[in-house]
Amino acid sequence: MRPIGTKNQLKAMSKDTITSGPKATTTDEFIKGLWRENPVFVQVLGMCPVLAVSNTAENALAMGLATAFVLLMSNILVSLLRDFIPKQVRIASYILIIATFVTVTDYAIQAISVELYKSLGAFISLIVVNCLILSRAEAFASKNSVGKSILDALGMGVGFTFALFCLGAVREILGNGSIFEWALFPEGFQNWIVMILPAGGFFTLAGWLLIINVIQTRKVKS
Amino acid sequence: MSTTAHTPKQDTSSSVKMLRAMLGIGILSAFLIVSAFELTLPRVEKLKAEALEKAVLNVLPGTESTRAFGISPQGELIELEKGDTPEYTCYAGYDQNKNLVGYAVEAAGQGYADLIRILYGYDPKEQILIGFQVLESKETPGLGDKIEKEQRFLDNFKALDVGVTPKGRLKNKVITVKQGEKQNAWEIDGITGATISSRAIGNIIGASTTELVPILHAYSLNMDAPDRHEKPVKSNE
Repeated sequence: MRPIGTKNQLKAMSKDTITSGPKATTTDEFIKGLWRENPVFVQVLGMCPVLAVSNTAENALAMGLATAFVLLMSNILVSLLRDFIPKQVRIASYILIIATFVTVTDYAIQAISVELYKSLGAFISLIVVNCLILSRAEAFASKNSVGKSILDALGMGVGFTFALFCLGAVREILGNGSIFEWALFPEGFQNWIVMILPAGGFFTLAGWLLIINVIQTRKVKS
Repeated sequence: MSTTAHTPKQDTSSSVKMLRAMLGIGILSAFLIVSAFELTLPRVEKLKAEALEKAVLNVLPGTESTRAFGISPQGELIELEKGDTPEYTCYAGYDQNKNLVGYAVEAAGQGYADLIRILYGYDPKEQILIGFQVLESKETPGLGDKIEKEQRFLDNFKALDVGVTPKGRLKNKVITVKQGEKQNAWEIDGITGATISSRAIGNIIGASTTELVPILHAYSLNMDAPDRHEKPVKSNE
């Protein structure tokens, strides 16, 4: 069987080259990340945090927003410095820039609220190894203007947050019987513990990929 | 690979460019990180102190004022001064009538992901633990962090037995048992799905109470009259 991700990744990459060309409209840079080139459902990028922290809707949303912020800031800086960074050292430079903003985000969250830091602290540092951010720096921000890079980062960030929320909501509803810690089912409901364990992440992701692929295939056929 | 053969020989100017770029970004990164750290430090420290104060009030219900103590290796309670870092820290909590409510004790130990720092409340009159709160942990969100959120687990610490023998030793060491298998007042009912984290809490409390509860118990027996020198909560930041 052909792996779903590979086909979609190729599709997304080819689309990326098209949209990055001169014909791409400004709004398209934002919209593409939401659905057509969604970083999780279509490009299948950044799977480590997606599977690890989507066990509750709240964690998923918080992780999505923190990633979107780092993505936005790193895209801006990479785009600003794109003529200054020689291509031989570009990956090292991008990693340095991403790690910097992750650290800044970490301090900022600590200063905003102890409660927020307590619930997010464990996986903020995971953002450094999220290949979504590195791939947007390499594939987009290093070749495009600051304005376009901001729109791209916003689109991809919102798309990533949306996808994480889709996974987190399903896992929390089935695994904990609640959403945002509000109980949904009566007392007798037996929680599906497996859904909040790592295996549940794979089941839910597979389910969503199946739905998205069915929709995409029908669209192409029609 | 063939591409390597065709790569033009790098001249000094390209090396200088690379060095310049890396150095430039490195300095920029250092500047950003140091600025963020310096800017957030006062607020982070303030929030941490507030959180600790809230935690003390939480683990010792009914507390109106507190006093910080350090516990010396000889088993004596010493009043803390600014900058002191004793091996063990505890906070005595007093109610409106200046009567001792209990002691809030800080303890730490290895969890599943990293060190877990906790605070528990000890009532020397009843010889039980009356409160518990996690101060710092990096346990897996949604699984290990249930030790902070699950009410059924937190209910363990409303009256956890830490009685002391006449010889000044703990009668029974606190341990964590499997969920639903708690039979004795000194056992902590564990959590399925957070087995290692809930066991870690049992170990931390077990080790800390074995060592400190006899000291605190003896100290409270020696205190005839309630202390009148406690500071109001607000000034203890």
